[in-house]
Amino acid sequence: MTRLQRRKLINHIILGVSGLAAIAGLLMLVWILSDVFIRGIGAINWSFFTELPAPPGMDEGGLANAIVGTFLITTVAALLAVPLGVMAGTWLSEFGRDSRLGSVVRYFSDILVSAPSIVIGVFVYLIIVKPLGHFSGWAGSVSLAIIMLPVVSRTSEEMLKLVPHELREASLALGSPYWRTMLQVIYRAAASGMITGIMLAIARVAGETAPLLFTALNSPYWLESMNEPVGNLTVTLFNYAMSPYDDWHTKAWGAALLITMAVLTVTLFTRLMLYQRSRH
Amino acid sequence: MTTVLQESSSVHEQPQQTQVRTDTGLVNKLSVRNLSFYYGDKQVLFANTLDIAANKVTAFIGPSGCGKSTHIRTYNRMFDLYKGHRAEGEILLNGTNLLDPQVPALELRHKVGMIFQKPTPFPMSIFDNIAYGLRLHGRLSRYEIDDAVEKALRDAALWEEVHDILGQPGNQLSGGQQQRLCIARALAVEPEIILMDEPCSALDPIATAKIEELIDGLKQKFTIVMVTHNMQQAARVSDFTAFFYLGKLIEFNKTNTMFTNPAKQQTEDYITGRFG
Repeated sequence: MTRLQRRKLINHIILGVSGLAAIAGLLMLVWILSDVFIRGIGAINWSFFTELPAPPGMDEGGLANAIVGTFLITTVAALLAVPLGVMAGTWLSEFGRDSRLGSVVRYFSDILVSAPSIVIGVFVYLIIVKPLGHFSGWAGSVSLAIIMLPVVSRTSEEMLKLVPHELREASLALGSPYWRTMLQVIYRAAASGMITGIMLAIARVAGETAPLLFTALNSPYWLESMNEPVGNLTVTLFNYAMSPYDDWHTKAWGAALLITMAVLTVTLFTRLMLYQRSRH
Repeated sequence: MTTVLQESSSVHEQPQQTQVRTDTGLVNKLSVRNLSFYYGDKQVLFANTLDIAANKVTAFIGPSGCGKSTHIRTYNRMFDLYKGHRAEGEILLNGTNLLDPQVPALELRHKVGMIFQKPTPFPMSIFDNIAYGLRLHGRLSRYEIDDAVEKALRDAALWEEVHDILGQPGNQLSGGQQQRLCIARALAVEPEIILMDEPCSALDPIATAKIEELIDGLKQKFTIVMVTHNMQQAARVSDFTAFFYLGKLIEFNKTNTMFTNPAKQQTEDYITGRFG
């Protein structure tokens, strides 16, 4: 075999192996999605969205309370984490860029990003649930907010850093104060990236189960107050999947499909929005 | 209340130095006296002294890193933004030292506009790009803003090209149009002095020609100080030229004299392309 032939052979082998790896990865995703879809679609009907959970053995019943609960817990979490995260990101990018405190904050938020979510659930259990003596939707929102916070602050920081410094100077050179420069020029320039980061963070926490197990718990009833256990899709999915009842299994698949579709929609929608903005 | 920006034109009794223009019949807009500048411990400007004449174009030339951009950026205290950047000496505008910390930077920048090397349109419509500056300084009615925007765009020779697309994003314009938009934005707040830091270096020759033509017209109303790498440009558009080298003002004179009969050997070497 000549050297050229050998090089070609190696080239083909590597190409084949990496191609297979790519297909394997893609196959897993397609497999999961199709499996969830096939098994879950049967559970999706009108009552799935409108009715309360029914006892095992009954055909009717739905997860309406859990859908509302997940939506509410996630929304409150976003309301807590987004302003705080954006402000932290702003500080990191604008004022703490070269400071010692800045690198400390950056380091700890990187650690927080990789903290297992169950640890955050236990932490919130200790600081909110235990002292108050009961599980609550608020505690669930706080735990999700803690998971979101470092993601939002780090993406905000990165996106703000991408805005060229000349743009800040150009605004300041007109006699604009720094706060006005940030609000009216720099945030606007960084908006699409920051929104993407926020949406992806929301999509990520919407599928979290572990932190909610220790905080919002779950409930088979309509939501009356965020101050008590709140029904939610992920913990319901977990409970139903662990149960011995077939119809609950079907509902669990339905919940899985719903969460997957919601997260997928948010992700795709954000990508699409970003794509359209970048084409201008 | 500090009185930076009052119209009193006091006479400064300064010892005559070689760098100071001596010709009569011109009003000094800015008087720079012994301006030194430091990035932390590193001194980059050494006692620059010169006068900027009102309603004239003054060009700063010199090799990269000679301090001409640093010099110009002291006129609107842009360096305030950065830790460790520090200026010494005096820059007198209408009798007040701009470097005095008592002088509010925001008001100062209202009077001293700046154009940057790369066009910097804000991420908003063409109209809002200009209205942004107007809204910073005083409340104006919608009609007043409309009028001021049109006037600024006309002054920047951009109105004909954009008057029917004012709602479109400013960054969709061509590079040259973007730069004229930035000029219009600076003009709108009616500064006394306009600083231009290599305003054409990112533009093609045609766009450059338009900006140069524009600069020539602007000096009716404004005093212009520009940094340029391009000596032909300095020769074409400026009335006075200052040559900087290693943070020192080497020579400052009428552009004509400077390019035909420079007093210093260094200036001649640079202008004729022997170094730099």
